Amino acid sequence: MKFIVGLITFFVLSVAALAQEVAPDALIRSVTDEVLEIVRTDKDLKSGNTRKALELVDTRVLPHFNFTRMTQLALGREWRKASPAQQKLLTDEFRELLVRTYSKALTEYKNQTIAYKPFSLKSGEVDVKVRTEIRQPSGGKPIELDYYLEKKGNDWKVYDIEVGGISLVMNYRDTFASEVSSGGIDGLVKTLQAKNRAGDTAATKK
Amino acid sequence: MTALATKVRLLILVALSAITLSGCATSGNPKDPIEGFNRAMFAFNEGLDTLVIKPVATGYDAALPAPIQLGVSNFFGNISDLFVGVNNLLQGKVSDGLGDFGRVAINSTIGLLGVFDLASEMGIEKHNEDFGQTFGRWGVGDGAYVVLPVFGPRTVRDTFGLVLDVKTDPVGNMDHVPTRNAASALRLINDRANALSADRVIDEAALDKYSYIRGAYLQRRRNLIYDGQAPRDFDED
Repeated sequence: MKFIVGLITFFVLSVAALAQEVAPDALIRSVTDEVLEIVRTDKDLKSGNTRKALELVDTRVLPHFNFTRMTQLALGREWRKASPAQQKLLTDEFRELLVRTYSKALTEYKNQTIAYKPFSLKSGEVDVKVRTEIRQPSGGKPIELDYYLEKKGNDWKVYDIEVGGISLVMNYRDTFASEVSSGGIDGLVKTLQAKNRAGDTAATKK
Repeated sequence: MTALATKVRLLILVALSAITLSGCATSGNPKDPIEGFNRAMFAFNEGLDTLVIKPVATGYDAALPAPIQLGVSNFFGNISDLFVGVNNLLQGKVSDGLGDFGRVAINSTIGLLGVFDLASEMGIEKHNEDFGQTFGRWGVGDGAYVVLPVFGPRTVRDTFGLVLDVKTDPVGNMDHVPTRNAASALRLINDRANALSADRVIDEAALDKYSYIRGAYLQRRRNLIYDGQAPRDFDED
């Protein structure tokens, strides 16, 4: 009898998993839990080895981000001034910068926990905010960490992250605008490349 | 110490000449009409940080175990909760304000003068309020962005708020001057030590640290005034 109940549960669950795409809050939760589990147990990461963090971010986190949308948001009205080829270049470099930043943040991890705030998805919604907070192990005021996601086909993709109300994407808009006004789109690409190459050398030195 | 004094003096000179030389190099952010001055002041603050504050904070961070640092943070946090409560009342958030006073009452007594934040463990939430936020809540616009020496980024409104924050600061108003100075220095270093980690991430993230910090400050303040419920404005074009 137990076996049959188990079997039925198994089938019901797998059918449910097939039929239903992952909800945005469930997605954030599973990715966060997975990444934090690895960060908690990995000795290399704890000693500040960013290379490993970069790999981790690359395989577990990046597939759930929409970098084109992020780059477009960060550029604002300047985005249209860029040719499709330039847009691609900008997206690649900005992606690398964001990944680097995220990896750096992971190496600073010190046993904080993430708490998930109540979330409900209304039917037909394609643009949502999933609210979480970082709780310090030592107490202190929790820091809000919010994800903005949009639905692309059957998948939800993150297009911005807010830490304590600071949008990581929008925070680049001023810098990007002034780079474009002084050196054009190509100038901005060059600045981004220089920043990323400088990060490369810093990482290999470690 | 004299070598340090010379370095600081040199720093001031560099900052002053940067102001005169840069004139008004603006990137056209309408919130930042005195960008030339602000950038110079920012460079001065960064220099001061690199020379004095950050090295001391790094040493402090390495020397003191986390629980002790937490005790220090809690101690000063408890003192600041008093005027957090006052500001909540001034903003009409009576239950938040009463909660803050309750926190002070609990933490000052069974929390051993604030060293243990028992109120948070009991579920009485800690808030982030100051006079600048109160003015914002009252509808005062934030005005231009300005970088103050030592205090760092503010807006004109938050500068007025800061004046009241300083005037009402229990630590800064202690009669016994040596204790006041020691406590103020400890608080400064402890705050800086708490920010070391974020600082490393910002260095990784920022193309231009000045405008990165400016954007972050303006966004953060807006968020705080709305108590985390700020409406979002994407304006994609």
